Amino acid sequence: MIRAEGIFKQFGDQEVLKGIDFTFEAGKTNLIIGRSGAGKTVLLKILVGLFAPTRGRVWFNNIDYTNLDKKGILAIRKEVGMLFQGNALFDSMTIEENIRFPMDMFTPMTAKEKLMRVDEVLERVSLGGVNPKYPSEISGGMQKRVGIARAIVLKPKYLFCDEPNSGLDPKTSITIDELISDITNEEKITTIINTHDMNSVMEIGENICLLKQGKLAWKGNKDQVLNTDNEELEAFIFASPFLKKLVEAAKKNGATSLENL
Amino acid sequence: MKLSYLADLGKFVLWQKEVFRKPENWGMYYKELIRQMYDIGIGSLPIVLLIAIFLGAVTVVQFYYQMEGTLIPPYYIGYIVRDMMIIELAPMVTCLVLAGNVGSTMAAEIGGMRQKEHIDAMEIMGLNTSSYLVMPKLIAAAYVVPILVCVAAVVGITGGYLASVPSGLFTQAEYVQGLRAFFIPYNVVMMLVKSVTFALILVSVSCFQGYFVKGGSIELGAASTRAVVFGDIMILLADYFIAVVLTT
Ligand SMILES: Nc1ncnc2c1ncn2[C@@H]1O[C@H](COP(=O)(O)OP(=O)(O)O)[C@@H](O)[C@H]1O
Ligand SMILES: [Mg+2]
Repeated sequence: MIRAEGIFKQFGDQEVLKGIDFTFEAGKTNLIIGRSGAGKTVLLKILVGLFAPTRGRVWFNNIDYTNLDKKGILAIRKEVGMLFQGNALFDSMTIEENIRFPMDMFTPMTAKEKLMRVDEVLERVSLGGVNPKYPSEISGGMQKRVGIARAIVLKPKYLFCDEPNSGLDPKTSITIDELISDITNEEKITTIINTHDMNSVMEIGENICLLKQGKLAWKGNKDQVLNTDNEELEAFIFASPFLKKLVEAAKKNGATSLENL
Repeated sequence: MKLSYLADLGKFVLWQKEVFRKPENWGMYYKELIRQMYDIGIGSLPIVLLIAIFLGAVTVVQFYYQMEGTLIPPYYIGYIVRDMMIIELAPMVTCLVLAGNVGSTMAAEIGGMRQKEHIDAMEIMGLNTSSYLVMPKLIAAAYVVPILVCVAAVVGITGGYLASVPSGLFTQAEYVQGLRAFFIPYNVVMMLVKSVTFALILVSVSCFQGYFVKGGSIELGAASTRAVVFGDIMILLADYFIAVVLTT
């Protein structure tokens, strides 16, 4: 479990986060949603410790991550994997070297064990055999998968994903979402995903917080999305008039949840 | 403007604590060290050789021109070239060139990693990036740059020979006599102290500029330029202070 407690963040005189309280539940796919510029990336970077909050704390279970010494921070980070919005794959290394890097750095594994683990995670993200390619030689969707593979290679307890489906076509987006969600369930990881994609919300949102201009505007899960009368959430989810009409029609016909929509 | 330089200086000093942290994995640091030694050493050898040979040649020709027709014996030219190369030209010019060549490359490499979130990705893995990205470069430079400087000194002296003896300015015996005259081993110590100091300066200034870069490609270009300019200025200042301290 990761808990944000009264998080404020200021850049110069711009207040980006204005008091966020939210609990990201263990073993679930947690979503941070909101429009572009709402402060999602900043919140995620505060959670992983790349930014320090101006005020407030981040708890990893019972550990106050915000006030840890360097040693404690490094210890927690060994349990964290992260997928960056731009993938952040090391572009002068091959895919195999990218995925091996955390193992090279932090484990005493033998070359053979490392190679087996590389193949295993690549297989898991359905990319078996791309080992010798360079990041620039594969498509955006494949780069995301490699990013996921690298993030999970050391079996993290926490997985952070910043906009995992930005820049991808809808079909690829959904496969990436499902992949992350499946891995979360299989490995019992606590996953936090930033997204502005409402498909993701409907497909994988087990615990959702909606940010609007740096404030928490709504929280709940994907089943509660349909039955809410929260204006902020409606404005976000039903930004497309087409979708709004569809859902209204379905509700008229007696739909009450995602399952019988 | 002035104050921001002071703030940068403070940041730089505080940052050294992160740079000199104990490595997480000696093997990976060692691998990086070897790569850097190769890049710095082999990568800049051609330009260093080229500059050194001409430095020696020009020094000889110019001094010959000045001393021609005076009572100073010609073998003095060998002595002048040797000491100028060892005390001043080899360490300073080599390191100014390296600041332009190696320094800008390091700033651009680390700055690019910052902008493409590679540094963030490594941090999240639990790596201390300040030390992983900088310490091997510092150590590599501290070993390799003095070697380059020694090579530059030898090549410079050879350049002086090539520019004078074959064209008959004076004889080989005279040049060699000059090279062996009034030799003070302490000057070589001075050369090595200068090389190590300049190497540490140019690497840490460049890495600092790269590591804290913000923004996009324009800022990256600016950081790379600043690495060279600040590196050069610091090297010149250090050269002066070392000269004052080691000669009094
Ligand atoms: N490093 C930074 N320095 C200054 N302002 C920032 C920084 N990062 C983000 N911001 C500001 O914070 C706001 C929220 O950004 P962000 O969290 O990236 O939004 P998003 O929800 O689209 O991920 C934006 O207005 C942005 O300008
Ligand atoms: Mg974002």
